[in-house]
Amino acid sequence: MSGAGYTRDEIMTVTAARQLRNGAVCFVGIGLPSAACNLARLTHAPELVLIYESGTVGTRPVVLPLSIGDGELAETATCIVPLPEIFAYYLQRGRVDVGFLGAAQIDCFGNLNTTVIGDYARPRVRLPGAGGAPEIATQAREVLIVMKQTPRSFVPRLDFRTSCGYLGGAREREASGCPGAGPRAVITDYGVLRPHPETRELELAALYPGVTATAAQAATGWPLRIAAALETLPAPTPAELAALRDLEARTQRAHAAPIHIKLPQAH
Amino acid sequence: MPLLPLPVAIAAHVHDGDSVALEGFTHLIPFAAGHEIIRQRRRELHLIRMTPDLIYDQLIGMGCAARLSFSWGGNPGVGSLHRLRDAVEHGWPRPLALSEFTHAELAVAYQAGASGLPCGLMRAYAASDLAGLPAPSVRALECPFTGARLSAVPALTPDVTILHAQQIDAAGNVLIRGIIGAAKEAALAARRVLVTVEEQVESLGAHMNALVLPAALISAASLVPGGAYPSYAQGYYARDNRFYRAWDEIARERGTFGAWMQRHVLELRDHATLLRTLGVAA
Repeated sequence: MSGAGYTRDEIMTVTAARQLRNGAVCFVGIGLPSAACNLARLTHAPELVLIYESGTVGTRPVVLPLSIGDGELAETATCIVPLPEIFAYYLQRGRVDVGFLGAAQIDCFGNLNTTVIGDYARPRVRLPGAGGAPEIATQAREVLIVMKQTPRSFVPRLDFRTSCGYLGGAREREASGCPGAGPRAVITDYGVLRPHPETRELELAALYPGVTATAAQAATGWPLRIAAALETLPAPTPAELAALRDLEARTQRAHAAPIHIKLPQAH
Repeated sequence: MPLLPLPVAIAAHVHDGDSVALEGFTHLIPFAAGHEIIRQRRRELHLIRMTPDLIYDQLIGMGCAARLSFSWGGNPGVGSLHRLRDAVEHGWPRPLALSEFTHAELAVAYQAGASGLPCGLMRAYAASDLAGLPAPSVRALECPFTGARLSAVPALTPDVTILHAQQIDAAGNVLIRGIIGAAKEAALAARRVLVTVEEQVESLGAHMNALVLPAALISAASLVPGGAYPSYAQGYYARDNRFYRAWDEIARERGTFGAWMQRHVLELRDHATLLRTLGVAA
């Protein structure tokens, strides 16, 4: 906790939530994206339509799911569709406004690695893999990325490109035929990076109160450029912090609850 | 349809070298069936599953698998599948060949298998290194009508698909409700379908558009209450998120993993005994 009365994790989640407009259809990844999307829904964007790849559409979970398919998501969904339909009829058909992703590595054009660290054939670390990310990164109208900023994760060169951002930069993404516009913002624990309008290289566009550009640059594995108009982001409001902390407390209690299974009498 | 004891169903329908899909997307993961496969010491399996989850971590760590076709191999919301990682990074307990898909690709591969097509189609996405792997899961082609760039995904037709479901009726029809993932496609793509169920009822009483797998599709069924634990069965019990977190420590080292599997799978006769041992069922 900084002297400011909130943690860097909290302002990161609040800032990510603020990127979502009310009424948008959002394809949600698990972890930080899920926390940010639900915080947005509980604060300024009550009509946000959350889709999880498990096939739950319009879900309004009271507690955050640990997995992408907890029962909480099913019980609070408008409908549950088969997984192939989520990817074909919703995402590929162009019905998703925002894809919200995280990754193990990101490069300066917003390309993402969730596959391996090291050589593919003999990886130092085998990561979970693609999941829904390559199609979300390509087909959602726009993409938000939320990741903690370190030189190990913000790298000059990905070990493996699982999902595309702006590929090699400039107009390469458009030329490749990607229907979606690509990453609009990368929300980190230092501030927000946005693509330069021409080169599409991610630049430091905004910082949290009390965070310096030098610190953000030191946390980046490539020479991070600073946008012409560097903003300072507003601190979380008391209402945002209260909503986030309540959500996290409810979630912790729910995930700690023991499970009881009633077995029929042995016969 | 007569219900078979699970050991009999597994012995009859899962053979060494088979391609096996235990499906259920986070929900209804057939853990009891997976444990019985481990107890029967099946080898050289080609495991297929969108999200390998803890059950494939266990099968891989126990040396049952030669190949894994998958799209996301982590412990959801927790971290790594340590046994999967050990197999890929160090070849322990044996090397594991990978066929790597995206969720959308694997879904299309099941749909193609279920449709009797050699491959399924989807829009080509921009340059991922997945396309450059030695044995990529997709190949590019052009739409013959519009010239659009497409990807073809070869059909998946598992020798056997295993599902856990809520109910089976007297005639052997099976009802699945809640998050259904690609369960229907995986079942219809398979040569044989084995189900475990929470309960047997006289009639399903399902609404008109419910997901019912007709008895004609089912090769064998077993009554295994709690059979999806530590995943869950909507309407019966919730996902044990505490166990998913605890698995991270259990599976991190080969020794603790081996001891846990010995004590909780190999030495136990069935799933009900496991649930009682873990204190989940009275």
